[in-house]
Amino acid sequence: MKQKYLPLTATILIFLLSYALCVAQYPNMLSTRVIGNLLTDNAFLGIAAVGMTFVILSGGIDLSVGAVIAFTGVFLAVVLEQTSIHPLAAFALVLAITTLFGALMGAIIHHLEMPAFIVTLAGMFLARGMAFVLSIDSIPIKHPFYATLKSFYFKLPGGGRITLIGGLMLLVFAVGILIAHRTRFGTNVYALGGGTATAKLMGVPVASTTVRIYALSGLLAGLSGIVFSLYTSAGYSLAAVGVELDAITAVVIGGTLLTGGSGFVAGTLVGIFIQGLIQTYITFDGTLSSWWTKILIGLLLFAFILLQKGIIRLSRPERQHA
Amino acid sequence: MQTSNDNILSAVRIEKGFPGTKALDKVDFHLRRGEVHALLGENGAGKSTLIKCLTGAYRRDGGSILLDGEEIDPRDTFDAQRLGIGTVYQEVNLLPNLSVAENLFLGRQPRRFGMVDTRTMNLKARELLAEYELDLDVTRDLASYSVAIQQVVAIARAVHLSGKVLILDEPTASLDAHEVAMLFRIVRRLKARGLGIIFITHFLEQVYEISDRITVLRNGHLVGTRETSELNRRDLIAMMIGRELAAEIHAARIETAEGRMRYRFRNYGRRGRINPFDLDVRAGEVVGIAGLLGSGRTETAEVLFGAHRADSGTAEIDGQTVDLSSPRAAIRHKFGFCPEDRKTAGIVGDLSVRENIVLALQARRGWTRPLSRAEQNRLADQYIRALDIRTADREKPIKLLSGGNQQKAILARWLATEPEFLILDEPTRGIDVGAHAEIVRLIESLREKGLSLIVISSEIEELVAYSSRVVVLRDRSHVAELGGDRISAHQIVEAIAAANEREAS
Repeated sequence: MKQKYLPLTATILIFLLSYALCVAQYPNMLSTRVIGNLLTDNAFLGIAAVGMTFVILSGGIDLSVGAVIAFTGVFLAVVLEQTSIHPLAAFALVLAITTLFGALMGAIIHHLEMPAFIVTLAGMFLARGMAFVLSIDSIPIKHPFYATLKSFYFKLPGGGRITLIGGLMLLVFAVGILIAHRTRFGTNVYALGGGTATAKLMGVPVASTTVRIYALSGLLAGLSGIVFSLYTSAGYSLAAVGVELDAITAVVIGGTLLTGGSGFVAGTLVGIFIQGLIQTYITFDGTLSSWWTKILIGLLLFAFILLQKGIIRLSRPERQHA
Repeated sequence: MQTSNDNILSAVRIEKGFPGTKALDKVDFHLRRGEVHALLGENGAGKSTLIKCLTGAYRRDGGSILLDGEEIDPRDTFDAQRLGIGTVYQEVNLLPNLSVAENLFLGRQPRRFGMVDTRTMNLKARELLAEYELDLDVTRDLASYSVAIQQVVAIARAVHLSGKVLILDEPTASLDAHEVAMLFRIVRRLKARGLGIIFITHFLEQVYEISDRITVLRNGHLVGTRETSELNRRDLIAMMIGRELAAEIHAARIETAEGRMRYRFRNYGRRGRINPFDLDVRAGEVVGIAGLLGSGRTETAEVLFGAHRADSGTAEIDGQTVDLSSPRAAIRHKFGFCPEDRKTAGIVGDLSVRENIVLALQARRGWTRPLSRAEQNRLADQYIRALDIRTADREKPIKLLSGGNQQKAILARWLATEPEFLILDEPTRGIDVGAHAEIVRLIESLREKGLSLIVISSEIEELVAYSSRVVVLRDRSHVAELGGDRISAHQIVEAIAAANEREAS
C-alpha cells in the first residue's frame, strides 16, 4: 500500500474499531438514528473543517473560523430581526462578506509575507469583535423560513433522519473531495504545501491560490455559521468559541499533515465522525463528565501526531551517504 | 565563422551589477543548436548570475538576449520557460509530495468537463518518461524515487515545457557514477534532437566527457569560448583561475608521517551503518578515506565523531580508553568534524560569519562561560584572515557567502576549538578550483602543525596528494589500507576494483 494512504487507513480503522466497541457496549448505537444525529450535530464543524483541510494542506492555518461562525450567526439574527429581507438574501450577503474576509486575509498573508497564524489570529479578534459590535445578546431567530428549512429531512430506514444541514455537510465534503483531487486548484494547494518557493518556480500562481484558499475557508466558515444558526436558531457573539481548534483536530486526526502537502479531505470526515462518536458514547453512558470528550480527543490527537512522525521517519529512510 | 542562424540562444553584452560589485561586465554567450555547452568559472565568476539573467530570475542591467533570432526579455523563470528556456537545478526543484505525473503536468493538467483527467494525465506522463528510458509508476509520490530519477523527471518537465534551451545547473553533484552515465545518455539524446544545452559543473572530467564547447567566465568577465576538443585541461584551469594551479594540486607526495601513534580504534563500528574496523592515526598524519558512493565513508566519520554511537569496539587516545559516544564527548576529546552537506549539517545560514565561527568553541565551553564579544571578534578576524575567507565583514550572514568560503568558515569553526583530531568529509565538494587548492594547502599546513586528520574525498587524486595512508571502503567495510609508495590513483582504483572482484567471485 502506498504510504500516503497510511494515516487515512489508520483513521478509518480506529473509527470502525471504536464504533464496534461502542456497539458492543450499547447495541443501540448501531442505528440510523445515531448516525443521523451524528451528521446533524457535527454539520457546522464538518463544513468548517473542509475549509480548514484546504488551508492546512497548503501549509497554512486559519484561526478565524470560530469567530467567523459566531459573526455569521449574529449577523443573520440581527438582519432577520431588524430588516425584512429574505433569509436567502441574507445568506448570500453574509457568505459574500465572509468570503471577502477570507480572501483579504489570504492577500495579506501572501503579499505582506506574514505568517498565517498571526494574520488569522488578528482576523479572529476582528470577526469576534464585529459580532460584539452587532449585538452582545443572544438573539433568537424566529423567522418562519428557518422553521421550513429545519423541517426538511430525508428519512432513513430505522427511524434516522438526514437533516438538511447534515446532508449539506456531506455535499460540502463531496465537493471538497472533487476540488482537492480533480482540479488544478486542488493540485496547486498540495503544491503550496510541498514548498512555496518550488511551487512558484514551477509556475503555480501562488498569490491567487493563497487568496482562493483562504477565501474558500472564509466561505465555508460562513456556510458553517449559517448551519450553526439553523442548528441553534439563534445568533450569539460568544458562540462557537474554539471551533477552529476542533476543526484543526478533525483535520489532523483525519490524517492530514500539519506541515501541509499531504492528506485527504475524506480523512477529515472520518476525523469528524471520531469526535462525534466519542461525544455520542459519553451521552449514552450518561455518567461520564463531558470533559472526557476533550481528554479522549486530546489523547487521540497526540497518538496521531506520533503516528505521523513515525510515518515521516519511515518514508524517509536515512539517505545513503558516501 | 558561424552565422547567427546556428545559434539558438545568443546573449550579447550582458551587464549586471549588484551594490558594490559588477557581477557581469559585457558578457557574450552563444549557444548553438544541438550542442552541449559547458559554462565554467570559479565561484563568484558570474556563472549563476548569467544563468539568472537568461532565465529572468534577475533583470539584467544591459545587453540583449536573442532566442531563435528573436529578442526576448523574460520577466521571470516561468516566462523564460514559456519562451523555451528550461532550467534544472542541483537541488531538484520539484514537489516531493505530488505524484510524478502531477509534477510533470503541474499547471497544464489535461482536463475534461473542468475536472483534471487523471487517467489521461498518467498515460501522457508514462509516454513522456518512456522517451527517457524510465518506466515508473507515475501515480506514486516523487519523493519515493531516487534523486537521479527525480532529476530526470525534472529534465523531462523542463524539456517538455520549453523545448529549445535546457540549462543544467550542477545536475550531477549528488549522483553516483552510474547515475551520471544515465543522465549523460539522456543529455546526448536531447542534443541529437537539436536542443541547446548549457551545462554547469565543477567536475572537469564530465566537461570533457559531454561538452562540445566550453565558455569560461572569471570575475564577471568573459575569458573565452573554446571547442572542448581543442582545449586541454591545464589550459582550461589556467583560463578559469588565471594561475597555474594544476601543479599545486599534484604536488609531490609527502613521505610517510613519523609522528607518534595517538588514536587507536579497535573493532569500531555500528551495526547497519559501518562494519567494525581497526584504524590507527598518528599525530601529524592525514588518513584519506576512499570508496564509492554508499561504501560507508560518511558513516565512518559519523561513528568516529559519535554522531552515531559505535556499538562495538574501543577507542583509545594515547593508550587511554575513551568514550566517544556523542559529539559532545568527542569535542571534549578535541575532535572536530566538518560534515559533507554543509547546507544542512554545517552552516547556520542566518547567523553571521562570526557567530558560525565561534559556535563550536562556545558549545565546548558551555553556555555558562560565554566568549566575550571582543574575543569572538578577535577569533573571527583571525580566521577570516588566516583562511582568506572572502566576506565584506564578519557580521555578514554566512548564507550570502559562496560555497568555498562557507566551507572555509566551517573549517574555521573547528580550528577555533583547537582540535587535535579533525575529520573532513568532502571538504572540496562543490567549491571552485581556486578555493579547492586553498583547502588542499590548508590541510597540508594543519598536518604540519601536528594535527591528526581524516579526510574523506571522492577525488582520488586529491587524496593521493595529501594522504600518508589511504583506507579503501567497500560495502560498509574497510577493505584495504594503502601506505607509502602504494598510494597512487591507480592503486586506489585497483583496491576498490579488487574488492569488487572479490565480492563477485
